[in-house]
Amino acid sequence: MFALGKKRMQESATDKVFLTIIYLVLILVVLIILVPLVYVVSASFSDPQAVISGEMKLFPVRPTLRGYEAVFKYHKIMIGFRNSFFYMFVGTAINLIMTMLAAYPLSRPEFKARRFLSFIFMFAMIFSGGLVPTFMVVEKLGMINTVWAMLIPNALSIWNLMLCRNYITNNIPNELYEAGILEGCTPIKFFTTVVIPLCKPILAVLALYYGIGHWNTYFSALIYLKDPNLQPLQIALRELLVINKVDPTLVTNVQAIADMQGLTDLLKYAVIVVSSLPLMLIYPFVQKYFVKGIMVGSVKG
Amino acid sequence: MIPTARKQKSRIDAVKVYLYKNWQFWALMALPLIYLLIFHYIPMTGIILAFKRFSPRKGIFGSENVGLMYFRQFLGAPSSFRIIMNTLRLGLYSLIAGFPIPILLAIAINEVKNRKFKKSVQLITYAPYFISLVVLVGMMMRIMDLRTGILNHLIVALGGKPINFFGSKDIFPHLYVWSGIWQIAGYASIIYIAALSGVNPELQEAAIIDGASRLQRIWNVDLPSIRPTIVMMLIFNVGQIMNIGFEKAYLMKNSVNQANAEIISTFVYEIGLKNGDFSFSTAVGLFNSVVSLILFVIVNEISKRLTDTGVW
Repeated sequence: MFALGKKRMQESATDKVFLTIIYLVLILVVLIILVPLVYVVSASFSDPQAVISGEMKLFPVRPTLRGYEAVFKYHKIMIGFRNSFFYMFVGTAINLIMTMLAAYPLSRPEFKARRFLSFIFMFAMIFSGGLVPTFMVVEKLGMINTVWAMLIPNALSIWNLMLCRNYITNNIPNELYEAGILEGCTPIKFFTTVVIPLCKPILAVLALYYGIGHWNTYFSALIYLKDPNLQPLQIALRELLVINKVDPTLVTNVQAIADMQGLTDLLKYAVIVVSSLPLMLIYPFVQKYFVKGIMVGSVKG
Repeated sequence: MIPTARKQKSRIDAVKVYLYKNWQFWALMALPLIYLLIFHYIPMTGIILAFKRFSPRKGIFGSENVGLMYFRQFLGAPSSFRIIMNTLRLGLYSLIAGFPIPILLAIAINEVKNRKFKKSVQLITYAPYFISLVVLVGMMMRIMDLRTGILNHLIVALGGKPINFFGSKDIFPHLYVWSGIWQIAGYASIIYIAALSGVNPELQEAAIIDGASRLQRIWNVDLPSIRPTIVMMLIFNVGQIMNIGFEKAYLMKNSVNQANAEIISTFVYEIGLKNGDFSFSTAVGLFNSVVSLILFVIVNEISKRLTDTGVW
């Protein structure tokens, strides 16, 4: 008895050390992630000279809102916001409809073609014609330089389709379907009255995934769009942050030119914050769905 | 005569029954199938561009056959070797450095019993996933700027020499890979956290009664339990080695780090859509797809033989 108790004591001591190390490592990880984020947010509120000179370390120095004023006066960014919201909402709506339409038949055992159809979807996920052939199809359809190029070529993600199919297979019992058919439900009626309402959790997950995709990507716009009035936010951000091309109309007088460098720096930090804000605000509320989505996907169907 | 007619009639009946039972499924599937056809399968036929010298005037099918000329052109050029190596370097480096970290993170998070701390760690580590790549690269360019970046101010304050992070081809792979880990390690850990939450608690209790320490429990209970998940993710990741995404590499690429930053996907874009050499670009893209597909199948087979876990 005594020996066992001693052994336990010893082990719990090593366990304690081990657990302390784990806590320290996690705190370090959190700091590595947080510090750059906090720095950027602080810089967006600080005197640009303090940021450039390195005087501002982690918290705002001589706070100012000029960076944010500049963001809201920056025409291209505002156009980008408008367009990105449009692409995100309309695009996600199209995505959800297409995904549900395909996921339901693919999940029904009595629909005998489903194995073959699943296979042709899966195959398209693993092998593609590539950039140029896809571009040529979009071009032939006359979608270049129209909003359709941002909505239709990505109307369905096959990965998300499989996720949704697995969810329906695992969560809507066969007995429910059989009972529905017995009561005279047609497959379509069952879909609209039973399946869709029961799919709310997976729809939330998919809306999140698709929404992030629309908001954060710039690739489609880069290859399909030329018109500056159609460009999404990420393209405007790329010009400003990465290519370093600043809209000259921002400078209105001589005095402003002297301030220009500082102001564009401030503008860059502020625009990073403003453009990331919509997703950062939604994310804590949908986090549980987010985690759930990955769990659904990890269940082999 | 009569039996054949009857057989025929029953066959027609079978078709009728099939249609009656299934037409609604086909109706629902119609739109997605048309989409699949137009945006996935028609482009697949476009890969014959890779074997023809494309002339817009003659169209895809009328253009002159050139066989494997473009593949020879690609594989024969010394610059192509560099591009393939760049792609492999980033892919392998991302895999080796990036694959274990989410697993370790998940195990660490799983050991934490304090709910509040656990939730906060998860909330924070997932957050960078929501930042766009443009913003990520923009942030890096600000923070690591040669003259005005805070990182170089710190290096100078500690007595070092400022480092031109974006102006060096040797630093590029590290920047690329570690910024990727910073962004997605938390997100990638979710799947392992989910798997760990499914570990049989009886096994854990048995191990505790046997006097196993935390570390021993992780090694002997947790890791074996989530092995199928780890293997599956490994297959996916290895299959993706050649599919380094276009967006980030294109954002980070500049004239100085070009030598290490040009990868297959950016090359396909530049020659295809910027220079308008459709056939050559398609050939390079096809080469990449085929290599990826082969890689995927090989890894899947190996894994099936060794561990009985496969994606299909």
